[in-house]
Amino acid sequence: MAHYLLSVVTPADGEMPSDEEMQTIMGNVAELQADMQEAGVWVFSGGLEAPDTATVLRRSGDDVLVTDGPFVELKEYVGGLTIIDAPDLDAALHWGRRSTEAVGLPIEVRPFHWAP
Amino acid sequence: MTPAPSSAAITRIVTEEYGRCVATLTRVLGDIDLAEDAVQDALTVALTRWPDEGVPPNPGGWIVTTARRRAIDRLRRDAVGRDKEARAAREEPEQDEPEEGGPVHDDRLRMIFTCCHPALALPARVALTLRLLGGLETPEIARAFLVPEATMAQRIVRAKNKIRAARIPYRVPHDADLPDRVPGVLAVVYLVFTEGHATATRDDLAAEAIRLGRLLAELMPDEPEVLGLLALMLLTEARRPARRAADGSRVLLADQDRARWDAGLVAEGLDLVRRCLRRDAPGPYQLQAAINAVHASAPDTASTDWAQIVALHDQLLALAPSPTVALNRAVALAETAGPAAALTIVEQLAERLDRYHLLHAVRADLLARLGRGEEARDALDAALARTEDPDDRALLTARRDASGRAG
Repeated sequence: MAHYLLSVVTPADGEMPSDEEMQTIMGNVAELQADMQEAGVWVFSGGLEAPDTATVLRRSGDDVLVTDGPFVELKEYVGGLTIIDAPDLDAALHWGRRSTEAVGLPIEVRPFHWAP
Repeated sequence: MTPAPSSAAITRIVTEEYGRCVATLTRVLGDIDLAEDAVQDALTVALTRWPDEGVPPNPGGWIVTTARRRAIDRLRRDAVGRDKEARAAREEPEQDEPEEGGPVHDDRLRMIFTCCHPALALPARVALTLRLLGGLETPEIARAFLVPEATMAQRIVRAKNKIRAARIPYRVPHDADLPDRVPGVLAVVYLVFTEGHATATRDDLAAEAIRLGRLLAELMPDEPEVLGLLALMLLTEARRPARRAADGSRVLLADQDRARWDAGLVAEGLDLVRRCLRRDAPGPYQLQAAINAVHASAPDTASTDWAQIVALHDQLLALAPSPTVALNRAVALAETAGPAAALTIVEQLAERLDRYHLLHAVRADLLARLGRGEEARDALDAALARTEDPDDRALLTARRDASGRAG
């Protein structure tokens, strides 16, 4: 089995879903997570706060600089993520497809180079 | 063992067996690069031994067995390769691999579904298929697709790396997934076929594409586009015996001796086209097959049903618009509406197809038919400047010389 990161590609200038839409999405996500757990592929899921809540740490000589905000301004950011443990890319793409259906946003499927 | 084969004969065997052997070794070793390296090692051994010892009766099986042993040696020297070594050793047979049948028979189908995986971009799929199944060298593929060699090499390395890193599976998809996966495979098979057809030295690629086409038709007999593609390839291949003159030069469709067309392939192709028509679910391959069926049914150019060919091109343009289809339609239109009407359309395509030598060749023909000899010669020069294929150049040069004498 190999680990894959499924990230939710969120447009930076997109509108936030309404409370009602958000409720539907959360319901879909919970159902999908239950299916992933039942299939034995689920490792971790979470939704992220907006990029403007981020803090960046960067080495500068012997010091570490602290900066407010995201590393770079992007048109898209990772809005949430799921880590799965799947036998191959076809299996990972199956769960990626389910994920994009559940949240209504594009999903990037990317293999881990290494994982503990 | 057969005695003292020529080096040309050995080169031909090596090219023919390359894809088959890499596909089998990929199943055995679980890694494309390892498989390629192992086959390369075995071929090096073959090239030193076969000239003296003769070619073994089953060269493909010999290469696979030798490559497997070389791979095991290589992996033993490399601690990371332990489990792959175990895998290769476990699957080691008592004797050379059989020619066909069983898992070996499916290896190239596995390989093509891996090479044509939707997670790979189309140019990468084509490049991988030609490299791994066709055995073409990277520079040849680069030339065929008009990109720099370094770009093509990088494309292939990147695609193989993605297959490994993302674990694109090495298997034939389940029945339920086939409809999604088939169009990508058909596109690649057809590109392999046209590559084999365009280049005189790559006839084996056309045969390879037809073999894959037959295999796909066997696997998916209810998919009309699969049958359409096979029909298209068979009807095109049927003309092969007439495509070369005695001196080896290429003969265009209009000038071919139709008695030399392969009647068996024509009959098989026409039968497939009829089966497709009954399903009434036209697609791009079926329409192109139907166009070729019209040619195949005509005793000569003059009695060809050109109106039908124009109508089929109209359908094709509606389904899959492309400037090259529009160019082919213009060629047919010249027969029904005259060269002036066709030239108007060709001029509209000139900018988009400027790099395509056939645009200029067609334009030259239409100009000549309209009595505009000097412009026709200029167009032939433009065509010559855009192709390095010796057959193309021979035909174009002959036409230019003839027009020079006439003018």
